[in-house]
Amino acid sequence: MRVRHESSLPLREGWGGVFRLLLHHRGFRNLPEGRQMAMIASTEPNERIGRGRSRGLRLPFAAICYLQATPLLLILGFFFILPILMIIVVSFWDYDFAGLYPDFLTMNYTDTLGSWVTWKTYLNTLKFTVLTWALTLVIGFGVAYFLAFHIRTTTMQMVLFLVCTVPFLTSNIVRMISWIPVLGRNGLVNSALIKLGIVPEPIEWLLYSDFAVVLALVHLNTLFMVTPIFNTLMRIDRSLIEAARDCGASDWQVLWNVILPLAKPGMAIGSIFVVTLVMADFSTVQVMSGGQSASVALMMKNQMSLLQYPAAAANAVVLLFVVLLMVAAILRVVDIRKEL
Amino acid sequence: MTRETRSKEFHILAAFFALFVLFLYGPLSAILILSFQGPDGGLTFPLNGVSLHWFYNLFEKQAVGDFGASFRRSFALGLMVMVANVVVALLAGLAFRNRFRGSTALFYLTVASLVVPSIIISLGIGVVFQQLGLKPAWHSSGFGAHLTWTLPFGVLIMFAVFNRFSPAYEEAARDLGATPWQTFRHVVLPMIAPSLIGVGLFGFTLSYDEFARTLMTSGTYNTLPLEIYAMTTNVTTPVLYALGTVTTLFSFTIILVALAIILVLRRRQAKTS
Repeated sequence: MRVRHESSLPLREGWGGVFRLLLHHRGFRNLPEGRQMAMIASTEPNERIGRGRSRGLRLPFAAICYLQATPLLLILGFFFILPILMIIVVSFWDYDFAGLYPDFLTMNYTDTLGSWVTWKTYLNTLKFTVLTWALTLVIGFGVAYFLAFHIRTTTMQMVLFLVCTVPFLTSNIVRMISWIPVLGRNGLVNSALIKLGIVPEPIEWLLYSDFAVVLALVHLNTLFMVTPIFNTLMRIDRSLIEAARDCGASDWQVLWNVILPLAKPGMAIGSIFVVTLVMADFSTVQVMSGGQSASVALMMKNQMSLLQYPAAAANAVVLLFVVLLMVAAILRVVDIRKEL
Repeated sequence: MTRETRSKEFHILAAFFALFVLFLYGPLSAILILSFQGPDGGLTFPLNGVSLHWFYNLFEKQAVGDFGASFRRSFALGLMVMVANVVVALLAGLAFRNRFRGSTALFYLTVASLVVPSIIISLGIGVVFQQLGLKPAWHSSGFGAHLTWTLPFGVLIMFAVFNRFSPAYEEAARDLGATPWQTFRHVVLPMIAPSLIGVGLFGFTLSYDEFARTLMTSGTYNTLPLEIYAMTTNVTTPVLYALGTVTTLFSFTIILVALAIILVLRRRQAKTS
């Protein structure tokens, strides 16, 4: 942990000279020469005054922290906390086609939880989540492992990592659409399979099916696994692996007993991203299943387009509860604040 | 002996990696090629001639929704989010260098904003605006909705940067009599500049492509992703691909520009130190 400035005040006497030395070698050279001279001139005689000033600043120091944190707090307060509270409140309200009426009804919840459709939709969403999670975990680990342990130079590592990253900074919807010419009835895969004589007629389930949904979800979300796993793998002390080898461990044993346990935090963070994104997905399910499959968020979106906000809000509260439970379960594996 | 098994593992993993890259870029290149489809061509291969027909078609207003206007809105919104993201994340990052009362709560609040499903935030902001009697618009409610998604990334990046940032440089500047502002401007800022560019890039691209959070918050006028989403259901010509190609190339350009700036900053830093 970092040492706080105030508590290290007595230490500074001793460290000062070291720091001055450091400054001459690093940041200080960035300053224009005139300013360097001015700074040196102003420091030497004013050392005491400077210190006195920093003591005077100690009280408002905490205030500065609060000021710096205020914009974040305001934005999250108005656009994150307030909306969530509002959803919880509205989920108990009454509604009809004309508007919302403040009330305290549990009807929205009993309607949602009492319907088979909801449970089936949750099961379907869970199915997508588990499949996507397992696939992105395996693929993400493979890619990150290759980048971290088989690419020798840092430059090449960064270049290949960027190659993986760039598509993820482009539009999700465009990347979904891009599967149409590949998987469609007359798409690339089907025509290749027919030309090779593997299948007599086009496979219908390639596009607009659950298969297409999972494929697209993996396509869209793998980077969220690759990045945190790559990050933890890069921080593994290489001498641990050498030590394991010296003790006679095989490649598999090194992977299973040394690397995998150390990569757990990265895998956990990646899992949080993938699980929360897929649990709340509606656009991929809608586009890639051609409207034939359902997800919880898609159900919510349909209620929203019918202006049934309280019903959608009740669904939202349930979904939020489920997602937070999943995140809490994953967080048992890792302390995120330590991993950054 | 070990050398041989290692190289075998390397080849398998290299093939796996190549397949992954093909998986990422293959479909994208398919629509890139198909957007040059001839005027009579359809949504799939083979190419029926090569033309710029669909790109012309894209810029005619009646053919697809108002592409130009939605692009301008998305671009302006992206810039707004980018600037806000950099400023707010930087300030919060500076605040998080010290433990203050409530810092842990604020940190977890930020992480929570990343974890809570987009559609819930979208619905919540929509309902809040409705109940307050405010009109949702892409530059008010949409802007806030995007920030709940981009700020956590920005704050976490700044948090990680400052975790690895030695306070020695600032101590040194202070010992030499620099004011807090001078220390920040001439010592801290140049060192974290590349990360700030990264935060800005995240802010812009995440906002430019954001869809779920805009759904309930954009008001009357669509942003570009909403426009494209609407097109997936009712446009059955390669003009869809032309639009995809244009926005993707635009995103690539932004990313390359940001990377170039980061490289230049790094190089300049390496030269001076």
